Amino acid sequence: MEKVDENKERAENKENEENKESKQNRETSERNRIVIPIGPQHPSLKEPSSFIITLEGEKVVDAVIGVGYVHRGIEKACESRTYIQNLYLIERVCGICSHTHSTAFCQGIEELAGITIPRRAAYIRVIVAELERLHSHLLWLGVAAHEIGFDTLFMYSWRDREKVLDVLAEICGNRVNYGINTIGGVRRDIDSEMMQDTLKMADYLEGQLKYYLDLVMTDKVLSARLVGIGKLSREDALKFGVVGPVARAAGIMDDIRIIEPYAAYDEIPVNPVTDTHADVFGRTVVRIKEMLESLEIIRYSVKNIPDGDIAVKAPRRIPAGEVISRTEAPRGENIHYIRSNGTDMPDRVRIRAPSQANWQGMRHMLQGQYLADIPITIAAIDPCYSCTDRAIVVNSESGTEIMDWQGLRQYSIEWYKKRGIDVSLVKMPERKFYA
Amino acid sequence: MVLKLVKILIFPGFSFLAIYGMFLEYLDRKIYARIQNRMGPPWYQPLADFLKLLGKEIIIPADSNKKMFKILPIVSLAAVASAFVYIPVFGNTSSAFFEGDLIIVLYLMTITTICMFLAGWYSRGVYATIGSVRTLTQMFAYEVPLFMALLAPALIAKTWSITGMTAFYEEHPRYILINIPALFVALISGQGKLERAPFDSPEAETEIVSGVFVEYSGRLLAFFKLSVDCELVLVASLISAIFLPIMTDIAVLDFVIYLLKTIGILIIFSLMRSIMARFRIDQVVKICWRYLTPIATVQIIINLLIRGLLTL
Repeated sequence: MEKVDENKERAENKENEENKESKQNRETSERNRIVIPIGPQHPSLKEPSSFIITLEGEKVVDAVIGVGYVHRGIEKACESRTYIQNLYLIERVCGICSHTHSTAFCQGIEELAGITIPRRAAYIRVIVAELERLHSHLLWLGVAAHEIGFDTLFMYSWRDREKVLDVLAEICGNRVNYGINTIGGVRRDIDSEMMQDTLKMADYLEGQLKYYLDLVMTDKVLSARLVGIGKLSREDALKFGVVGPVARAAGIMDDIRIIEPYAAYDEIPVNPVTDTHADVFGRTVVRIKEMLESLEIIRYSVKNIPDGDIAVKAPRRIPAGEVISRTEAPRGENIHYIRSNGTDMPDRVRIRAPSQANWQGMRHMLQGQYLADIPITIAAIDPCYSCTDRAIVVNSESGTEIMDWQGLRQYSIEWYKKRGIDVSLVKMPERKFYA
Repeated sequence: MVLKLVKILIFPGFSFLAIYGMFLEYLDRKIYARIQNRMGPPWYQPLADFLKLLGKEIIIPADSNKKMFKILPIVSLAAVASAFVYIPVFGNTSSAFFEGDLIIVLYLMTITTICMFLAGWYSRGVYATIGSVRTLTQMFAYEVPLFMALLAPALIAKTWSITGMTAFYEEHPRYILINIPALFVALISGQGKLERAPFDSPEAETEIVSGVFVEYSGRLLAFFKLSVDCELVLVASLISAIFLPIMTDIAVLDFVIYLLKTIGILIIFSLMRSIMARFRIDQVVKICWRYLTPIATVQIIINLLIRGLLTL
């Protein structure tokens, strides 16, 4: 729906411009405008997404953002799978922040079922969540450096990210998609050897991170490319409802770990990290400082982890009800809404991944920028396209419509028929859909 | 006559230029990789890339000007190869020289950049067009400080011939020290001329894919890449010939010194590439006009004064 509003806004803006400028002026400036597509395939994008950029010289006049190339229908698919099956599906919403999604999902179900997880499990969830934040932010730092052509920092930060991934692989058995959460606790315990390795990694990483922070703060070339780029003031940040490091760089403290502590965050001291730059530079500083904070959290949880069980038994059928569960993903606030109807399958699952909130301010951030700053501005919200994509048809011939599951299937069948493939003959297995 | 042809075509002319260009590209990539804590490519990588590209299909965009699209890589390579003839490599004289060859070399160097601009312009792609406009903008930025820096030493030597300058500085080695600010300017604007990071916004991969080369493929791209490699050799040799004219009268020893000098300059170029982020095109213009051009102007004034004192 947001995109429909954007279209209206754009039309209004155009009208205002028409009033301001004389016709002749407009014609000359429009003749100088060129439209360039960034995406769906472009070296600066890690996932498909489309940005239609209108340029006047090197300055961006307008940007039309199109997401939706990697929509996978996970929310709908969740409704025809059991809660345990969904756990694995939810884990794959995002390749980078998979743990935060499964934590949010498990938390919601645990609340519905009235289960309290053991403290040790809560601590393990925190440790994995913070390791995930570390690797996600290091990945971001590398991508951001690559976008501004600083490949040495890119290689350095990804080298350090490997150390985090090694620890994650040791604890969870996987580098990504950790599969450690289960309804009622966690699936693997953490032993003293893993803790030692985690602490060793933390010591190494602390030195590196302080070096990167120093580099970002002092390097003249970096600040020339980062300061004042992609401005989103505190007021605009509140207006567009951005979350995570983007909001925190504008001075808004919205850390769910502090506002609404979950897992073991009520016992672990978490210091808020904010900045007042409200630009790409601020977002970089916030992310690096957050990593240093994550290291402290990891150290505290490893030292204070209580003994005990790691999971309690959860019922297969979850009592009817609905719940909203929030976690702090590396990219910001992650919201899961789950409605249960008393069976072993959820009635409705709605995921509001942080990138979805952050997209709204993107057009505002891009306007008035140089073409050269577009990649870093886009990268600065750390977009995760697959988390965000929804199936909404905008600007089709019949207007805007939201497609449901059946409609999408019908659309795909016709799409293939036009190209000479008839998939309606394929027998689909009988499936029960909840309305 | 035959000796001249051998000199121009084989050694120290075109064949040497191509081979040495590929070697410098390998060295550049290896240094860049080692600084970044990577392994880097094997020694034959640039040659392998070149040979592979030769065998690839050529795709010419339907909208493009086909004749220009095909000719430009060759013209670009030819311009670099002709310019290289005037630079002393083996011994203290170049394969061909006359009074004023320094100016010719500077002109030929510009032709390669113009070729890149035209290549992007005639490809008609959006990214290529933006890349070509940026190439031209950058040319206006670096060209003035680069030319002023390269011409400043010639003022003291009172000759416009590179070979003549080498001979002059060989006799008066102390004057080399005067030109150190110009060397500094030439190294930085040379990096801009070669369109390498931090001045690589004309071909910024993450912004405009690869700028002017985006529509090029196969043999045509291979020749463009080769001309970029040769340009690297040309700029490094030119800077080493003008600012570091350390010569013995033994030709082989001179050649070894030439190799060491150009590799040293390449190492500076590679370091510059690896420790900085990419400048925006407006920042490139600002750096060149606000910092480099004044330094080069001061150098020219100093050199003119010294020239005046010398004639007294």
